[in-house]
Amino acid sequence: MKALAFEDVTLRFGAAEVVGGASFAVGGGEFVALVGPTGCGKSTLLNLAAGLIGPSAGRVLVEGQALAGLNRRAGYLFQGESLMPWRTALDNVAAGPEFAGQSRAAAAAAAEAWLGRVGLAGHGDKYPHQMSGGMRKRAQLAQTLVLDPPILLMDEPFSALDVQTRQLMENELLAIWQADRKSVLFITHDLEEAISLSDRVIVLSAGPATRPIAEFAIDLPRPRDVAEIRLTEAFRATEARIWAVLRDEVLKAYRAGAAA
Amino acid sequence: MITIWRILLAALMLAAWHIGAETGVLSPLFFGHPVKIFAVIGDWFVTGEIWRHLAITITETLLAFAAGTLSGVGAGLWLGLSPRTRAVLDPFIKAANAMPRVILAPIFAMWFGLGIASKVALGFTLVFFIVFFNVLQGVREVPPVVLNSARMLGASKRQLLRHVYLPAALSWVFSSLHVSVGMAFVGAVVAEYLGSAAGVGYLILQAEGMFDVDTVFAGIIVLTGCALVLDGAVSLAETRLLVWQPRADAARES
Repeated sequence: MKALAFEDVTLRFGAAEVVGGASFAVGGGEFVALVGPTGCGKSTLLNLAAGLIGPSAGRVLVEGQALAGLNRRAGYLFQGESLMPWRTALDNVAAGPEFAGQSRAAAAAAAEAWLGRVGLAGHGDKYPHQMSGGMRKRAQLAQTLVLDPPILLMDEPFSALDVQTRQLMENELLAIWQADRKSVLFITHDLEEAISLSDRVIVLSAGPATRPIAEFAIDLPRPRDVAEIRLTEAFRATEARIWAVLRDEVLKAYRAGAAA
Repeated sequence: MITIWRILLAALMLAAWHIGAETGVLSPLFFGHPVKIFAVIGDWFVTGEIWRHLAITITETLLAFAAGTLSGVGAGLWLGLSPRTRAVLDPFIKAANAMPRVILAPIFAMWFGLGIASKVALGFTLVFFIVFFNVLQGVREVPPVVLNSARMLGASKRQLLRHVYLPAALSWVFSSLHVSVGMAFVGAVVAEYLGSAAGVGYLILQAEGMFDVDTVFAGIIVLTGCALVLDGAVSLAETRLLVWQPRADAARES
């Protein structure tokens, strides 16, 4: 059974069609990357998968069940600053377990353990504004993973980080994912990031009415090191094949943006 | 160094006032006499007479502040989260806020008598709107990503209110503490001045009736000192309550 499936999903905001008949799926334990030009509606697809918005037509299936309301099987790693600024790192990570009704002590213990796993041991008492961008992303990751969701939705989570921090975090993400194989839907506009992380790359058309137009299986060996794998011949070949498709969409998006 | 300059400046002003009063350039009848003013203040504290009045004024201030803040937070959260109710009530709120509310003091005196209640009522009307508008703003400006994140982490409606909207709103309330405590104090003193049986405002009113300008100035100085102490207490509370916020200068950098 697919962990997540889009069946001919369309979304309109008024007259504008943002998503136009999108169909794709994420298998159990699969790491799928969605790539598309900037502004094509990638985040909207993720919000549909999360149940934060409902489709105008079509269905989103979660583990075979049609999604109504929030997707309770999924954790969502947002692109922006989603930590609660009035809570310390520890309290932010403990928020999910607390919401679920765990005692403060149990929630704090779980949060402490996850802070350790993302490399933030000893930083639990810091507030978000006292942390670097990379630390905040780590805290966000811990905040999402502490609830152990079987599905992980990630919206360009590392796009705001500098290149070194970004590659470190990508490797850590892979290590964590390797350990318990969640089903991941990862959104990015960075093709290299998509290839180095995922099992399958889905290319989205330029907006409006975005939808998947091509799919590529990534047969690169795991475990991977995201910095090193980019230097391999196989990686370069895969990138060239996908870029051939993606380039046209990027150009379309660019012309539409230039015309507007 | 700055402290020395400040002391010098204060001494200079007092000396000018004193000389003016002694020579008759500043008529003591209208401008008072610094020595007599400080004698009055000293007398108040030596006999202990002032404490009763100060206690009443401060009690009124704190009650007005507490009542205004609590209801301002409640109303702000309510209207912030129900746009339709807000749309209906909007003109009424605007009108109530635009009204010069100090003029309500005589009405409150008729409704609640000359005791503490009428002073608290006036301070309440001043504090309420400051807090209310801040909470409204705070609720509206919760970043959508923080809200969605809390929802995805499983927060129920009540938990969203308790853990997202309330802290976001309170940060705005805390940052307006100086204004709202000050307004509560103004409300208490003005209401006392317009009709009362006790309080520092009452002392000033009495003295004014007897054309005792020294006592009026003494009352003003005591009130000023009291306001400064309140303001200092707010600053202390602020640094405790807003640890999670970046300092203003740091925020500008980033």
